[in-house]
Amino acid sequence: MITDILTVMGKEFKEIFLLRGSVRSTLINLAILLGLAGVVFPLQMGALWLTNPTGILTWSWLPLFLVMGIVADSFAGERERHTLETLLASRLPDRAILFGKISAAVLYGWGMAVLAILIGAVTVNIAYPGGGLKFYPLNIFAGAVALSLLAALLISSIGVLVSLRSATTRQAYQKMSLAFLAVWMLPLVLQLLPDSISRPLFQALSQLNLRQLAAGGLGLLVIADIALLAAATRRFRRDKLILD
Amino acid sequence: MNPVIRTQDLARHFGSVRAVDGISFDVPAGIAFGFLGPNGAGKTTTIRLLLGLLEPSAGRAEVFGEDTRTGGARIREQCGALLEHTGLYERLTAEDNLEFYGRAWRMSAAERQARARELLDGFGLWERRKEIVNGWSRGMKQKLAVARALFHHPKLVFLDEPTAGLDPVAAAALRDDLQTLVSRQGVTVFLTTHNLPEAEKLCSQVAVIRQGRLLAVGSPQSLRGEHANRVEVVGRNISEATLDALRAYPDVTGVERANGGLTINLRPEADSAPIVATLIQHGALLDEVRKGRASLEEAFLDLVEEEK
Repeated sequence: MITDILTVMGKEFKEIFLLRGSVRSTLINLAILLGLAGVVFPLQMGALWLTNPTGILTWSWLPLFLVMGIVADSFAGERERHTLETLLASRLPDRAILFGKISAAVLYGWGMAVLAILIGAVTVNIAYPGGGLKFYPLNIFAGAVALSLLAALLISSIGVLVSLRSATTRQAYQKMSLAFLAVWMLPLVLQLLPDSISRPLFQALSQLNLRQLAAGGLGLLVIADIALLAAATRRFRRDKLILD
Repeated sequence: MNPVIRTQDLARHFGSVRAVDGISFDVPAGIAFGFLGPNGAGKTTTIRLLLGLLEPSAGRAEVFGEDTRTGGARIREQCGALLEHTGLYERLTAEDNLEFYGRAWRMSAAERQARARELLDGFGLWERRKEIVNGWSRGMKQKLAVARALFHHPKLVFLDEPTAGLDPVAAAALRDDLQTLVSRQGVTVFLTTHNLPEAEKLCSQVAVIRQGRLLAVGSPQSLRGEHANRVEVVGRNISEATLDALRAYPDVTGVERANGGLTINLRPEADSAPIVATLIQHGALLDEVRKGRASLEEAFLDLVEEEK
């Protein structure tokens, strides 16, 4: 099974790096993204980038948007380009195909996020030298790494579910964009809640310390990831995919 | 010897549409089997059912003795397939495409390399193996897709219109390759095609399907024999009285003058010798007498017309 997953991942990585027509143009795009998340934003924030968790936790999400395009393409793209049926007619097991595609998207997005975090540390050290080598506090670094992994998994799982049901990559991308827009709008919705609900909610949240909040958030992400992966596994049926 | 494929009243319905409607046939091992039918006849659905990609609505199918309902994975392991579309990853190179499917079938690196060389060389694509497939012509893509289907030495290959898009030379070369595959390596080829002369050359058995129903199964010769038996005569001094004498035979279904000669249509099993004797007795001067052989195409069209 692991060998089969790795086979699918290998093919996915090749396709990801040729998504924009050539490896060169993909690398240029990545360089721009890493430049923003790993150089521009840390420079704007200064040495605080390494000590204040707000910056790293906020911007470590940025490369994860890469995952959206990749997972949108995962099944809908294969269907659109008429490669899905041949893939399904191969000896590769269902789970190898599914997890191979999810793993490739997660590794790519997460890898970029971790790279951006590490480049950020290098940027701060170069821009603000003195006092020896500086790095993130271990809990912030570990939190950011774990958060980006779980978020990449969340986006991949949602994306694969959407992609399984979409006829084209564009359709899958549009559906995913709407879903993520709804997530981003959540804070606004919370503000619109009546006082009777919002006040006790915010009070409860304010009594939590950052560590509790992070643990709670990560726990919620783990639960959401497991549920979505289970849903994707159930949804992945060769006959359904052929008929869709 | 057990057949490689066996279907019994196999059916697949999509709502009220009966894409495959209770078909039964066997495909023995080591032959090229032609599955013929007009567009929308149910050929692709049948292949999907045989590969375990779709569940039958009724009946059953076995491939290598495995029920397609429960043994899809084991069936696919032993099969190669070129389906309706080439299924190539066009952003990747030809080599990458073969490499992926070679890995999928757990071939070793050395095996993959040797097989890629053998097949790509055979199709004249070796020099272009590093090219992205996207810019290739349809014929080149088709050749690569056939190479991919054969890459892992499958025991059974499903080929849906394998020569579509190939030039006549490449199509003939592919037919030769498939013939070699069947005769020397004992591979079973399940072929769908609209090219009936091709099926006639390649297949030792054919089945004709229309609107999901099987109209005939057998060797191309037997189908031709069942659906056309005629005598073509070139000669002079053939009077209307001679024609009337011929028409009087119960085995004669029609007599036509054509291009200075005569075509006499007979019932499938009829003997042509008495017909020739009658012509001579009536004073006909015969330059040439030919036992007419209907092509598979004519037999196919007859079958489809009869069903209408």
